[in-house]
Amino acid sequence: MIEVRYFAWLRERIGERAEQVESSAATVTDLVAELAARSEGHALAFADLKSLRVALDQQMAGFDAPLAGVREVAFFPPMTGG
Amino acid sequence: MRLSVQEAPFDLGAESTAFAGRVSGAGAVVTFTGIVRGDGGLTAMEIEHYPGMTERAIRAIAEEAVARWHLTDALVIHRHGRLAVGEPIMMVATAAPHRGDAFAAAEFLMDYLKSRAPFWKKEIGPTGEAWVAAKDEDEAALKRW
Repeated sequence: MIEVRYFAWLRERIGERAEQVESSAATVTDLVAELAARSEGHALAFADLKSLRVALDQQMAGFDAPLAGVREVAFFPPMTGG
Repeated sequence: MRLSVQEAPFDLGAESTAFAGRVSGAGAVVTFTGIVRGDGGLTAMEIEHYPGMTERAIRAIAEEAVARWHLTDALVIHRHGRLAVGEPIMMVATAAPHRGDAFAAAEFLMDYLKSRAPFWKKEIGPTGEAWVAAKDEDEAALKRW
């Protein structure tokens, strides 16, 4: 079971802050394909991966990163702190 | 190091005085404060963050600043939640033996907090709300370090 978290406009498009996902995805890209099929909101949120960032267990990662052993995956737009 | 992610306002004067009061071996203290601007009729800013990752990211950025510029101390306070125009959003302070290092480290902290700490700003104005888009120049700013 993976905890998937969404922030900013991704959270708004999907309509959830987090969801528990049963997945056998090998990489982030595989997981994205599964998530995008969940609803129209998901599909819209994941339409352009270039505008998204991903963190695995709260560390930045690439979309080709493997998911083995990962408990928490977060998707969000580029950060705008400061 | 004092690192704080908080919803509550902070007292810029009190934080600066306390920081300067506990530095030892430093000849320079630099502070920077970010304030919510009222551009384009903006009335408020909503700041979302990723609890847990935010604290880890800020710690990593601050530790790098301390190591690279031989800081004797550093301070980062970053707020989240709803902030009105004119309110302080965040502050950094750096203490170093000489001012060059204190200024450079403060700029480094600002550049990295902007693009590498998981905060997202939403502007709230008279015509609605909009997420602030990350700027290419903010990403480019990281390359100088």
